[in-house]
Amino acid sequence: MYVRQLEVTDFRSWEHAEIEFEPGVSVLVGANGQGKTNLIEALSYLSTLGSHRVSTDAPLVRHGAQRAIVRTAVVHADRELTVELEISPGRANRARLNRSPVPRPREVLGVLRSVLFAPEDLALVRGDPAQRRRFLDDLLVLRAPRLAGVQADYDKVLRQRVALLKSAGAARRSGGGTADLRTLDVWDGHLARHGAELLGARLDLLVELTPHVRAAYRAVAPESATAELEYRSSLGDALPAAVPDAGVNSTGKADVDLLEVALLTQLAQLRAAEVERGVCLVGPHRDDLELSLGGLPAKGYASHGESWSFALALRLGSYQLLRSGGAEPVLLLDDVFAELDTHRRARLAEVALAAEQVVVTAAVPADVPEELQGTRFDVDAGQVRRVR
Amino acid sequence: MYEGVVQDLIDELGRLPGVGPKSAQRMAFYLLAADPADVTRLQEALQRVKDGVVFCAVCGTVAEKQTCRICADPRRDVRVICVVEEPKDVVAVERTREFTGRYHVLGGALDPLSGVGPDQLRIRELLTRIGVDDVTEVIIATDPNTEGEATATYLARMLREFPGLSVTRLASGLPMGGDLEFADELTLGRALSGRRAV
Ligand SMILES: Nc1ncnc2c1ncn2[C@@H]1O[C@H](COP(=O)(O)OP(=O)(O)O)[C@@H](O)[C@H]1O
Ligand SMILES: [Mg+2]
Ligand SMILES: [Zn+2]
Repeated sequence: MYVRQLEVTDFRSWEHAEIEFEPGVSVLVGANGQGKTNLIEALSYLSTLGSHRVSTDAPLVRHGAQRAIVRTAVVHADRELTVELEISPGRANRARLNRSPVPRPREVLGVLRSVLFAPEDLALVRGDPAQRRRFLDDLLVLRAPRLAGVQADYDKVLRQRVALLKSAGAARRSGGGTADLRTLDVWDGHLARHGAELLGARLDLLVELTPHVRAAYRAVAPESATAELEYRSSLGDALPAAVPDAGVNSTGKADVDLLEVALLTQLAQLRAAEVERGVCLVGPHRDDLELSLGGLPAKGYASHGESWSFALALRLGSYQLLRSGGAEPVLLLDDVFAELDTHRRARLAEVALAAEQVVVTAAVPADVPEELQGTRFDVDAGQVRRVR
Repeated sequence: MYEGVVQDLIDELGRLPGVGPKSAQRMAFYLLAADPADVTRLQEALQRVKDGVVFCAVCGTVAEKQTCRICADPRRDVRVICVVEEPKDVVAVERTREFTGRYHVLGGALDPLSGVGPDQLRIRELLTRIGVDDVTEVIIATDPNTEGEATATYLARMLREFPGLSVTRLASGLPMGGDLEFADELTLGRALSGRRAV
């Protein structure tokens, strides 16, 4: 697939911008702070309904404006779809598909499949577990948009359950009895059901993703040790027991019913501690994706260069995985070539050249490898101008 | 921002559900320009709902008298109760014309984030009714969202204590994450006739 057009209004620094893209390579060139990443961010937001830089929507709206609008025309299999998103912080965002309003923004997930590699990705390796959970969950939704509903349900149940744990804990401490705990079983049951579905989906994803990431890491850092990914569940030792054969059952998929039972058991075991602390200690929101090189955790051990290679391998692996099933994703490379050495530049350029569409940003043309010239846009003083 | 009383009116209207700042402003200027008699009628209607409307002593829906029209209707089957969250859900289910029993309005759903637990809902009243009226079936028609589903699970567990009582939940097909009130009659009617035991 490819993005034929992007139009933004009051998004980040842009009052208005409209860009016509073509398949193949597009390069956005401009000095720092001209708004190149803002444009890439707009595309990526449409694809995942989240920003890679901020966790709330407010910074996405141009200072002084009420709401931002991002509109794209995406071409896939000779069909063009337009998606429009209105981002209004503090209120529900709205989306349109081919001009018709859809009940919820998440209905447009899947229309634009994209993989973004950006300087912020170093946090995938060095940052906290939340970054890696988000990496997995975004990829899950790109592959199966239905799972956005599972994630939303899980988050909602989790927030309700935490609220209940907090009030139950407070009541207990002030000697007010345990009235709140009457409904905890109900919330446990719902948390376990949605949690098992999410956990199962992540485990299934990892089985498919791992070989792609390993191969990508070997390609970008042939001199280094093997890259490994391992899912760390809050279930701990109960996880392998729940899913025989290292995470999968005979169908090759994680057994969601077994995971649900395992989660319920764990919830029962940790209940006292949870009420005491007012925190939900069990569930996929506590999990991590552990990255390691030659048996050592990447976080805290890997060098700067290795960490960069790992981050790149996670993105390239995702790209290859998405490519292997369903519409070919759009590759977005934000200001990353300047960070890479000659070898890794060449490997990334090779993947980019084979992509149906890749959008690259750089401060100066020299930062972009020779072979990736393509269409060029200059981004300067609030304008995007096609120059080639 | 407008001066004084006009802005006060806009602010008050803007607090109503579904009314954004723009519509609040439009309504305010409509009222300013409207015939005084129209405004008086609106004023009186508002006053009357606050003074006159009571909640049915049996089912908890809004009513004009002690007992609502449905609870007072002898043709409605007293042994079948449809449990809903809000009075507006009674209206939604009535629109389907599929249901001939009585209602029970909980007054919300389990919602720990807003401090709503079982004691804040009319659950005890429901249990009493089941015993007194010899109820044979309870249909749980809470909203198909996180809070509504949790409430349904909780009720189903409580109702297990009544041997022989059939407890059903609306069939799926209702848009998940939604609100009963917004389901169209056909979908809701189908969910009602296809209800399954829980
Ligand atoms: N909500 C916003 N309103 C106005 N300007 C913004 C907003 N968010 C970011 N900016 C501006 O956008 C610029 C950064 O744009 P960015 O796309 O990151 O630049 P680059 O071209 O270096 O990638 C900064 O000057 C910043 O002040
Ligand atoms: Mg940038
Ligand atoms: Zn009544």
